[in-house]
Amino acid sequence: MLLGRVVGTVVATRKDPRLEGKKLLVVRFVSPEGADESGYAVSIDTVGAGVRERVLTVAGGSARFASGCKECPVDSAIVGIIDDIEIDGKES
Amino acid sequence: MLLGRVMGRVWATAKEPSLDGCKLLLVQPVTPSGKDKGKPLVAIDAVGAGAGELVYWCRGRESSLAFDPPGMTPSDAAVVAIVDSITTT
Repeated sequence: MLLGRVVGTVVATRKDPRLEGKKLLVVRFVSPEGADESGYAVSIDTVGAGVRERVLTVAGGSARFASGCKECPVDSAIVGIIDDIEIDGKES
Repeated sequence: MLLGRVMGRVWATAKEPSLDGCKLLLVQPVTPSGKDKGKPLVAIDAVGAGAGELVYWCRGRESSLAFDPPGMTPSDAAVVAIVDSITTT
């Protein structure tokens, strides 16, 4: 799973019917220290994340195991909102 | 599967219900000689590993097989063993 920061939302009217009612967010990948890294993903939100929150994203086939995503054509899902990260005993 | 070093932990209160009770570890992938390789990632702990330990982890959908019920956890990286020693020729 990768750490990310929600930087935006995606709206799509015409889409696969199985994606109806799902919230799509743009997630920028970040380092554990919080610095922006290259790359971003459009992820299905299953936990109610909002813009600027630090989140945990799952990629690939396992994204379908997120709640409500069974049989959905997704390859990236937000599965957690990060409270704290501890590196070498220090919280960030 | 790949080798990694546990850098620390990640806490998330609001998370996928199937991840409740799972310990999230921050893992830096390393080479067999112990050098860092690539970016750190978050893996679910299946063996009780802690900070500073050398572990091996599997990635992809198969990582969700390490948890109960197998294949139902939204995981793409799981720590599946704590390494005791490595011998290379």
